[in-house]
Amino acid sequence: MRLLKIMGMIMLSLGFCAASLAAKELKVGFVYVSPIGDAGYSYAHDVGRQAVEAMDGVTTSYVESVPEGADSERVILNMARKGYDVIFATSFGFMDPMLKVAKQFPKIAFLHCSGFKMAENMSNYFGRMYQARYLSGIVAGSMTKSKVIGYVAAFPIPEVIRGINAFTLGVQSVNPEATVRVVWTKTWYDPATEKEAAKSLLDVGADVIAQHQDSPGPQEAAQEKGVYSIGYNSDMSSFAPKAHLTAPVWNWGPYYVKVVEQVKNGTWKAESAWPGLKEGIVGLSPFGPMVPQAVQDKVNKAKANIIGGKKVFSGLVKDQKGNVKIAAGAAATDEELLGMTWFVNGVVGTTQ
Amino acid sequence: MLHFRITKRQEPLGAGGSCLVLLSALFLSLLLSGFLLFLRGTPPVDGLLTLFQGAFGTKWAIEDSILKAIPIFLCSLGVAVAFRLQIWNIGAEGQFALGAIGATWIALTFPDWPKAALLPAMIVAATVAGGAWGMIPAILRQRFKTNEIIVTLMMNYIAILFLQYLVYGIWKDPTSFGFPMTPEFSENAIVGKIGTTSINWGLAHCLVLGILVWGFFKYTRLGFELKACGDNVRAARYAGLPYDRLVVLVMVLSGALAGWAGFLEASATVNRLQPSIIVGYGYTAIVVAWLARLHPLSIGIASFLLAGLRVGVENLQLDLQVPAAFGGIIEGLILLTVLAGGLFTHYRIVRGKT
Repeated sequence: MRLLKIMGMIMLSLGFCAASLAAKELKVGFVYVSPIGDAGYSYAHDVGRQAVEAMDGVTTSYVESVPEGADSERVILNMARKGYDVIFATSFGFMDPMLKVAKQFPKIAFLHCSGFKMAENMSNYFGRMYQARYLSGIVAGSMTKSKVIGYVAAFPIPEVIRGINAFTLGVQSVNPEATVRVVWTKTWYDPATEKEAAKSLLDVGADVIAQHQDSPGPQEAAQEKGVYSIGYNSDMSSFAPKAHLTAPVWNWGPYYVKVVEQVKNGTWKAESAWPGLKEGIVGLSPFGPMVPQAVQDKVNKAKANIIGGKKVFSGLVKDQKGNVKIAAGAAATDEELLGMTWFVNGVVGTTQ
Repeated sequence: MLHFRITKRQEPLGAGGSCLVLLSALFLSLLLSGFLLFLRGTPPVDGLLTLFQGAFGTKWAIEDSILKAIPIFLCSLGVAVAFRLQIWNIGAEGQFALGAIGATWIALTFPDWPKAALLPAMIVAATVAGGAWGMIPAILRQRFKTNEIIVTLMMNYIAILFLQYLVYGIWKDPTSFGFPMTPEFSENAIVGKIGTTSINWGLAHCLVLGILVWGFFKYTRLGFELKACGDNVRAARYAGLPYDRLVVLVMVLSGALAGWAGFLEASATVNRLQPSIIVGYGYTAIVVAWLARLHPLSIGIASFLLAGLRVGVENLQLDLQVPAAFGGIIEGLILLTVLAGGLFTHYRIVRGKT
């Protein structure tokens, strides 16, 4: 009995400690779809989390490798129950589960990455990665000799298709005859499958490999074959130093710090945010030593143009069959970009 | 000199002894897990308590663990039926996918039917689809002497690709911005929650099906024949039991149960069909079936514990920032120690002089 009492006292005092801490510190939770050790997508978000962790009066935590079905709802719900004040869910499949939880917890700020649904207390946000992909396309188009570029693609969803299209437009801006060959792995993180897919592209003559998945598998395949590669998510050059030309990368820190700051000040409102190169949310990792200065200059110029307001998807753009999708002088709207399900001319592959 | 020898027991270990072995095995695996936590600098006792707290410590945690256990239980019950006959059905994953597809087909085609008609129709479609998917390897095995392990495994990939084909193609929600998912099911196609809890009525399905399977093996002639065939195929054939037909029967039952799990996942938890509905329950089911030695009640307990472990590991991540992979390590340790502990059911270690 006595032991029980003592235990009870300890539990109570611990509870008070936790409560008083919670009153002072803002708790921020992150939900990741893959392990943060992937050097890819979730890793990039976690670097952003660390920037939030460094803020005063804020503690952060995360759950990684969360499947996108029912499991994600439980994880988000648990964070809400544990008194987290801000919750970021960073994969598309977390959208509906997060919306369900957001309705039950109106005082918590929910932010969902890469989807399209919103609520009073739920923002959606993403970065205009396609802008950085366009720049990486310029690098690939300048470096290819065979005029065949391989693209190891994840899932045939608008985000990925948009990225392939932007990349191809970048390639064509410097090398109009080059084609981009696409294979789908239907994986986000599967090093072996993604490496094999890259090899299949190398076998049809690709001499630059780009990718959308989180593993460095395609980078390694390119390095082993002695050709070039374009990474993704974060600087992947340590995996393939001889192949890695550059990588379109995420830089979530500024956005996350901004949102958490707003929640702290009580000025946060749910929004639909799509920042890009201009806000510094996406960018290119440092060029490899094999990228000539002339190419680097070209890329930097294009980057300055996009920051200055030039649209990547501006006419004339045709689809694979030659139909005009964006008329000369026009530019695709954000809605059109978000629902993009067709390939631009010059992509070899299907959107299935 | 002293030696350890392994000798066969005259009688297999009784229930009490088996229980002791199981508990020691679990204890050993937790001890090893604690040691691993210690190695990475997490206080082991805190860690294991946090894990337990997240799995069974609160009402919510228990509800979450039960919810997660439901599909694991049904898939596992299914594979256990086949394993009884020594038919190695590795295809619960694909049968689960087919069940979800069957249920979705009804839900999308007749969204306006009343709940009392729609849900049963979805169950029928799910079990027929799952059962048919299970029947194919059974028939191939008879006609062409194919190995059911390989065929069921390969058919998982076909089923999952078929599911993807549907949600990326003809079933794709036109309002989803091109993302692969069907429209949300109508209210009538959704299995509701029990009272004010977060647990859905799938739990009741599990109880009924569990009892039916148990009763089937215990009280029916067919169930007895299955057990007899599983224990000794040649003797059973000699006794005139229709072995080939029994193989088809268990594979259909097995597939139907996994299909039922697919129906519940699509209807009760996800409310639609999407590729992420496939998270490997069909493979987890095999682990659970073996941990539980194929007994329905034990399968229930093992599903709940394993589900709890997976739920609890999230708590461990959130509170102590232990990597997600740790959950897989504990799971592996438990399976390894429990199965290794099975040695003591039939053998014992004696110390003696040579």
